[in-house]
Amino acid sequence: MSYVPHTERERSDMLAAIGVDRMEDLFADVPAQVRFPELNLPPGLAEPDLVREMHAQAARNFPVDPARSFLGGGVYHHFRPSTVDYVLSRGEFYTSYTQYQPEVSQGMLQALFEYQSMICRLTGMEVSSASHYNCATALAEAVLLALHAASGKRSKVVISPAVHPMYREVVKTYLRGIPTALVVGDDAAAADTAQLKALIDQDTAALVIQNPNFFGQWEPIEDLVEAVHRAGGLFIVAADPIALGLFRPPGAYGADAVVAEGQSLGIPPSFGGPHLGIFAARMAHVRRLSGHLVGETVDADGRRGYVLTLATREQHIRRAKATSNICTNSALCALAAAVYLATMGTRGLRQVAELCFQKSHYAAAQIGKLKGFAINPQAPARPFFKEFVVRLPAPTADINGRLREQHGIIGGYDLGGDYPHLKDHMLIAVTELNTRAGIDQLVTALRKAVT
Amino acid sequence: MMGDATATVYELSAPGRAGVDLPASDVPATDLPADEVRADCPLPELSQLDVVRHYLALSQRNFGVDSGFYPLGSCTMKFNPKVNEAIARIADFSDTHPLQAPETVQGNLALMFELQQWLAEIGGFAGVSLQPSAGAHGELAGLLMMRAYHHSRGDSKRTRILIPDSAHGTNPASTTMAGFTALEVPSNGHGNIDLQAVRAACNDALAGIMITNPNTLGLFEERIGEVVQLVHECGGLVYGDGANLNAVVGIARPGDLGFDVMHYNLHKTFATPHGGGGPGSGPVGVSGPLKDFLPGPVVDVTRDPGGPRYRLAMPAKSIGRVSPFLGNFGMFVRAYAYIRQHGAAGLRANSEHAVLNANYLRVRLHDTFTVPFERMSMHEFVCRGAVDGTGVRALDVSKRLLDYGFHPPTNYFPLIVPEALMIEPTETEAKPTLDAFVDAMKAIAKEAHADPAKVKAAPHRTPVRRLDEVKAARDLVLSDRSAPAPPSPAGGGGKGGVAGEVARGWRRGGD
Repeated sequence: MSYVPHTERERSDMLAAIGVDRMEDLFADVPAQVRFPELNLPPGLAEPDLVREMHAQAARNFPVDPARSFLGGGVYHHFRPSTVDYVLSRGEFYTSYTQYQPEVSQGMLQALFEYQSMICRLTGMEVSSASHYNCATALAEAVLLALHAASGKRSKVVISPAVHPMYREVVKTYLRGIPTALVVGDDAAAADTAQLKALIDQDTAALVIQNPNFFGQWEPIEDLVEAVHRAGGLFIVAADPIALGLFRPPGAYGADAVVAEGQSLGIPPSFGGPHLGIFAARMAHVRRLSGHLVGETVDADGRRGYVLTLATREQHIRRAKATSNICTNSALCALAAAVYLATMGTRGLRQVAELCFQKSHYAAAQIGKLKGFAINPQAPARPFFKEFVVRLPAPTADINGRLREQHGIIGGYDLGGDYPHLKDHMLIAVTELNTRAGIDQLVTALRKAVT
Repeated sequence: MMGDATATVYELSAPGRAGVDLPASDVPATDLPADEVRADCPLPELSQLDVVRHYLALSQRNFGVDSGFYPLGSCTMKFNPKVNEAIARIADFSDTHPLQAPETVQGNLALMFELQQWLAEIGGFAGVSLQPSAGAHGELAGLLMMRAYHHSRGDSKRTRILIPDSAHGTNPASTTMAGFTALEVPSNGHGNIDLQAVRAACNDALAGIMITNPNTLGLFEERIGEVVQLVHECGGLVYGDGANLNAVVGIARPGDLGFDVMHYNLHKTFATPHGGGGPGSGPVGVSGPLKDFLPGPVVDVTRDPGGPRYRLAMPAKSIGRVSPFLGNFGMFVRAYAYIRQHGAAGLRANSEHAVLNANYLRVRLHDTFTVPFERMSMHEFVCRGAVDGTGVRALDVSKRLLDYGFHPPTNYFPLIVPEALMIEPTETEAKPTLDAFVDAMKAIAKEAHADPAKVKAAPHRTPVRRLDEVKAARDLVLSDRSAPAPPSPAGGGGKGGVAGEVARGWRRGGD
């Protein structure tokens, strides 16, 4: 299948207008020895054959039933209202690009402005970027923001080991470009917040925590915030946007910057991407924020309108001195999140958060009754939101294999790889899409898996 | 508010209205941790019909490739095949979780493995990682690999990256992020890299050069072989900015030209939609010596008697992850489907017609709008957009194009051409569209002489007229003032001028 519309006649007329005889003549500047390579690719397919082949490819995956999947760890199966895909399917939105011509981009600009507004309310921050790639890259940029805010005078970044392991890896990759930067805190896999506090000093640019943390639990943070602020560093929090519908936003407990994975807000898991990096901060940091910002203004007739603003931070203006290299972002996912939040509203989001809380607590209570299983053994008294740790009486991979093969259930995340002290522990996520019947099946399957 | 396309979601909100109905909890209740519960969370409250009408109205105030011709240079705004959207939404793709066991996602991993292979074949590289989420993200990954490569050889004094003055802004910005210093190389009278300047910069402090080929003037680097050789001889590496790859698929492989690293923009060359600014995808390809440094994980295969088994693997000296999971898989599905549709012949035909269209526009326009480097161009070209003697600038011509129903070209870039208009038609536009665009450009040039004030005040037929960007940056309103703002009350009630008018038909015809 080809989407080239030219007729034979048009093609020859155009070549004649250019003054060449053949298509090949257009490429005289390309060195002859490398010109027109034979590419070894499968032959093209017509649309019906393509669709058949792609369905066959998809069918090679194990079919996921969100009601009976308990895998989380930063990506979740949540309800996606039908309004989201309806709006995302509008060609005016998804086939447009960055709003360099605001007069014909008011739709996307306003939608992103409203997204920024809702993210500010959700996180308790004063300014939100128009989107980053995902939570991990937003966190990396937030860490760079903190280092830049200290004008190179502070080099230490204290990161909790209970921040998502992959987010920490991405932060460290980004920091390869700043050899003086030093990440501390997460080398002790079981370190708690008191141990982190001891690491904060005058050289600390930022303290990074995830709340609820990677294990699903709220961190005891009050004196941590004071400690990092007293030392003159920034407090960066990775949050869960669903939890923010019901629970305290980081803005209420002293965060200077908040990042979050927006995938839960109407975006499918899609094997890890594309997702949405939420990046919000205090107004004091607006000029160091990376990525597009949409601002309100007026047009020549005084009518309200929107434009990309503070572009002097960005690469196409500032080049080597830009706050970040980001250009293409995750705007369509921000649109999805905006439609999701507008559809759910205050009450709907609160309800989702409450269902996640209730169902995960039911699941934890039921699993906790099983012989040989223990819930959140690393911190049993700490409250949790929608994920919890289960100590298993057998290796995680064995149990997950049996859940899948005998019951069609996708079990939790094996924590042993990232946290050696949590060998034979799994992280279980429960959302509003997990039915009580599905949870009960999981409990039964777990019991059978070890007997 | 009915019919008011510009009211915000917060202005449309009515406390107590609901857009969804979720099932009640079917489990016994647990007490919430009282210390953690927030008092309120002020989101808008709308009915589903409110939501649908609001976003439908917004979509009608937005212009995409589906709306009309969008010759935005260096962005490759080609047709996004609808079948690929449907394919990406197949639940057995979109519902898969990135932390699932490899044996449950063999379909996804096979797709990623083949896409890695195909991209390597198209670019002439030894290995590809699909990790980066966008072109600039791929640049960062590529530069970090170059850094790691030099360091692995005990060569840590290479701190400089050469960047032509015609380069995209992301190149120098990525260079800084990767811990290098950007050194600008001038262009010569032919619009190519000045070979003398490259030679002068080639020493043992040079980490490499970033080259966009064809460059942002749409010109193929005539002496690319010599540039690559100079940089290689002094121990540097050559980075290719794949933003302009749509000119050369099946025409020339960057790897064959001696490039060591390149990112691909799946949202340009391989037609995954631009999404109003993203998400994109920016895989990186590398030559043999750099393969072990690729960001990971990448997909590997074991050929068992029972068939191939795909798994994730971290390259031996990997710079690490640049994405938390596996990259933008939803974009891989679309790009895979696109390559599968076209095959080698179809992909080459795309590049040929992209170049045909650009040159056709160039020869039809150059009498009216000067083309500073008058050579055969590749998939795009740059002309001077100002109309001499009228005071009409490139920006005015662009704004007037909106009245004719066209999205303007890229303005004021590359920086080395004053009043630049960078025009990239792509292969999916037919001759009648190109002719209509030429007619509009020529009509605007005439208008510039007859009624310059009208052109300078354009656009006249869009939903809003020129916007005050200075005010936006000075007054900084970055969130809706009509929304309740916890935890500390801030902002005022000022809502600004609300316009209800929807300029129907603004995409058609100048007046």
